This record gives sequence, structure tokens and C-alpha cells, in this order.
Amino acid sequence: MSAESLKGYRWPESTVDVERGRVAMFANAIGETDPVYSDVEAARGAGHPDLLAPPTFVFGLDLEHSDTLGVLEANGVDVSSVLHGEQRFTYHREVHAGDQLTLTAEFTDYFAKKNGALEFLVRRSQLTSGGELVAEMESVSVIRNGAPS
Amino acid sequence: MTTDTAAVQVGTQLPPLVIAPISRTTLALFAGASGDHNAIHIDIDAARAAGFEDVFAHGMLSMAYLGRLITSWVPQSRLRALSTRFTSITPVLAEPTCTGTVVSIDEIDGEQRATIELAITLADGTVTLAGEAVVALV
Repeated sequence: MSAESLKGYRWPESTVDVERGRVAMFANAIGETDPVYSDVEAARGAGHPDLLAPPTFVFGLDLEHSDTLGVLEANGVDVSSVLHGEQRFTYHREVHAGDQLTLTAEFTDYFAKKNGALEFLVRRSQLTSGGELVAEMESVSVIRNGAPS
Repeated sequence: MTTDTAAVQVGTQLPPLVIAPISRTTLALFAGASGDHNAIHIDIDAARAAGFEDVFAHGMLSMAYLGRLITSWVPQSRLRALSTRFTSITPVLAEPTCTGTVVSIDEIDGEQRATIELAITLADGTVTLAGEAVVALV
């Protein structure tokens, strides 16, 4: 079991509910004070169906729903040696509280540098609604081997 | 959200977003809200066991600040893409400042889109995030 063996690992398609309380809690944690992110009346007044989810909110949904750290751990990766190297989002429409989205994800690439002292896993995921793309994510995780533990 | 996007041109700078020192409480709240429960960000014992002196902020907390930089400039519905490299860790109590500069404007898929170069810099000059956003201007 290793990080390399995870290349091609595909998560089963799953359904993700965007919870209103979670959106408001996230907005609060990042210091976002625009009420469209935390006050339903303000959001509706601004033309949104419900609370607007901040741009990076969907990452957490994916991380938690997919239990990415748990998958790494189950494959012999010490998660305390894992750093987030890169992250990108492509947006096709906004996400709101109350949305029910379909999540698919896969580790699409693996490579190593410095004779394996650094390993990299690329993970891509997609959120769709009724077959239409909502958001795409790509993250690069860096596994630092030889880090003190 | 009152930016006059007709006046945006290459070189336009976004109003910087200055973040107050990141507290341990913020890290705990963000862990819960984001679903990133990696103990390295909230438990000093776990951080030390992994070779760090103290807990440090989630990279995605900083990226959320980049999101705020953009959505306080244009409505979120204009945001087409957001990406970053995490170039250095953000220690607890650090004071990040988010900045953005328009580096190009192109017509893509029938709309004018600005590409914005993004950075987060700590008080000591350390660049923690180097990224890019693409927003529709009209």
C-alpha cells in the first residue's frame, strides 16, 4: 500500500447536500461579513434562492464527503506528512444552501521528486446537478517522506 | 460589489484585503466548518509530532481569503476560476494581506474576462499563496 497505488483510485459517485447552517458557519469562520452568505433574508433580497456558498466552500464538502485523508491513511500515507501544494477551482454556476449535488472524484496522477522524498498526488473532482457541471476542483497533495514523526 | 468593471484595465489593482492575526479559535472554527480535521492545524501536540513548532493555518483558510478578495470586488457570479499554489505555511497569529492585479483581459466564450494575479503576503514579507483568478467583466 502506497501513495503511488492510489493513482486511478476513483470514488463512488455520491450525493452531497449543501446545508444552510454549514454555509453560514463557513462564512463566519473565514470572516465573511456580507450577509448573502449567512442571512437567508438578505440572500433572497439579493436574488439568491438561499444562502450563497463562498467560492471555496465546495472543497470542504468534497474533502469531508470523500474522506480523502482517511483514504490516504488507509493506504499507508501518514497524513501529518501531507501538505496541500496546489488547488484550483473552475466555476460553472454558484452553489447555494439547499442544493443537492452529485460528486465524482479520482486521483488522476502521481509523481515523485527527489528520489521519492517528495511524492505528489493529483486529485480531480466534479460537482454536477442534473448532469450539468457546477464546479470542478483539482488539488495537488505533497507527501513529505522523511519528515520527523 | 460596486466596482465599475468598465474601468478595469491591465494593471488595475484590487483593494487589498487585510486579515487580522489568525487565532487558534479561527483555526478550530475553520476545521469544523471546512471538514478539514487534520490535527496538525488544531492540536499543538500533533503539530510538534510532525516536526512543526506550533499549529499552522489550513491552506484552504488562506484560499478562502483570496475568495473574499474577489467577491468583495465583483459579485461571485462573475468568478470563473480560482487557483493557487501554497508556497509557504501560515503560522498561527500571522497577519495575511491579500492582493490582486489585473494582468490580462481577453474575450473568452463571448465575454470579457480579466485574469488577476493574486498573492498573500505576511507581515514579515513571506508569500504564502501565489494564485490567479478569472472573472467576467460584463
